Amino acid sequence: MSLDRETVRQTALLARIRLDEDRLERMVGELNGILAWIDQLNEVDTSSVAPLASVTGHALPTRADSVTDGNDAEAVLTNAPDRVGGYFAVPKVVE
Amino acid sequence: MSTLVSGSTGDWEVVVGLEVHAQVRSESKLFSGASTRFGAEPNSQVSLVDAGMPGMLPVINRECVRQAVRTGLGLGAKINRVSVFDRKNYFYPDLPQGYQISQYTRPIVGEGSLRITMPDGERVVGIERIHLEQDAGKSMHDQDPSRSLIDLNRSGVALMEIVSRPDLRSGAEAAACLRTLRTLLRFLGTCDGNMQEGSLRCDANVSVRRPGGELGTRCEIKNLNSIRFLQQAIEYEAIRQVEVLEDGGKIIQETRLFDADRGETRSMRSKEDAHDYRYFPDPDLLPLELSEDFIAGIAASLPELPETRRNRFVSQYGIGEAEADFLVTEPEIADFFEALADGRDPKLAANWLTTELFGALNRAGLPLSKSPVDAGTLGGLIDLVADGTISGRSAKDVFSEMFETGQAAETIVDARGLRQLSDGAAIAALVDAVLAEHGDKVAEYRSGKVKLLGFFVGQVMKQTRGTANPQLVNEILRERLAG
Repeated sequence: MSLDRETVRQTALLARIRLDEDRLERMVGELNGILAWIDQLNEVDTSSVAPLASVTGHALPTRADSVTDGNDAEAVLTNAPDRVGGYFAVPKVVE
Repeated sequence: MSTLVSGSTGDWEVVVGLEVHAQVRSESKLFSGASTRFGAEPNSQVSLVDAGMPGMLPVINRECVRQAVRTGLGLGAKINRVSVFDRKNYFYPDLPQGYQISQYTRPIVGEGSLRITMPDGERVVGIERIHLEQDAGKSMHDQDPSRSLIDLNRSGVALMEIVSRPDLRSGAEAAACLRTLRTLLRFLGTCDGNMQEGSLRCDANVSVRRPGGELGTRCEIKNLNSIRFLQQAIEYEAIRQVEVLEDGGKIIQETRLFDADRGETRSMRSKEDAHDYRYFPDPDLLPLELSEDFIAGIAASLPELPETRRNRFVSQYGIGEAEADFLVTEPEIADFFEALADGRDPKLAANWLTTELFGALNRAGLPLSKSPVDAGTLGGLIDLVADGTISGRSAKDVFSEMFETGQAAETIVDARGLRQLSDGAAIAALVDAVLAEHGDKVAEYRSGKVKLLGFFVGQVMKQTRGTANPQLVNEILRERLAG
């Protein structure tokens, strides 16, 4: 599998990462290098091996349903570039 | 039978599938310990996990998992022993993480079904899957001229996305499906079903085709926040699509919004390909594995479901089917009825509840949960009618006052002197006095003018200010007049 310039440009756009033309070219090369390596891994026959979700052997930790957090709007809003009362304020987004 | 839309070139069949977002009933959020309570001060129920701060790790709420499994079992669905959380990536200001934790290829619940009742019979609607995911925050665009305001209280609250098969054939069927699903969720206690507060939201996928033909291109109508709007939007959309196709046009797959004021759907944006969300397994979360014991424990504790309860009401209490349908629309109504019917005539209980109490509640615009009259109080009134303490007619007056004041029936009856006179000897004495006073009318009656009975009853009632037991009065009058 390999990526063309347009796919990389589109992916960068979706990820909101700005890529200049010269960096875009470099990124196409780098990503295709990574994909070539993944293709090499794909040469190994793993059809009889269960997918590995974790190397630790741990199960997903869970918690009880109780309220243990929140109630600190000031902390949550500390880094907000702009606010109105208790709300974050952002440039107007209307679909 | 399905409802067809007839166009100028023939009939069209409407095909609808629903995606229902049901907020899980839980105290805290899916992956954080912040509260889920509705209506709190902005950003007061936000943990640093919900705010998407770097380095925060999600830890799943066991109860939310239990609720999803409970819902799956209620729909007779397959519970997946292993499911996986994925990141669905997109950018929007009310999604501070930049991705929603959801389930994509391996949801917690697989296929099930829901039976709905239409006027002409039952339908079985396939359920494709239920997955667990985080809700986003809330954006407000109309509070400030140049800025949008964001409240993250809802960010991270657990949602169940319940996806139906495209088995529905009209707006009315879709409405019945959502209504039935909401009732089921309420009985299960897994979602409060409150559409005004947004704890139940619905998207509809709508397409049209020639009857039995290949599926057409679908449009997705987003964020329908009432059952009525769901039905209206589907009916409008089906006709719009038929018109486009009959004019030789093509349906473009897109997302549309329902404008409730104008009763029409409008294009919102072309639907991003699923691919564009760049789903991948969330590296912060291991697969969710459910043990057989865990699932069996939930199955054993499932409450009686609405359909079962409805059928039991009909067979156990002998009430009508339509009445039983109404009584199981909400668990609170069903519980109220059973408390009221306990030790009383169930038909009488059902009648008082559905006619008198719900009549008064509807006039006052109150839900049953805010009723000033509880089952014990209403039962007290029914008992007073049953044992003859008050007449059926006074009972309605007592009920009106009870609804106003919340007082017990006995208290109102005593305060207003409504206790029915059921003492045979006392009534006989009154009857004799009335007959003695109206000797002429007695003679007329005996000569065949039997309609005068009503006059004598009226006289006795007048003497007792309406408290005499009318049956006894009638009986004694007939007996005396015959003599």
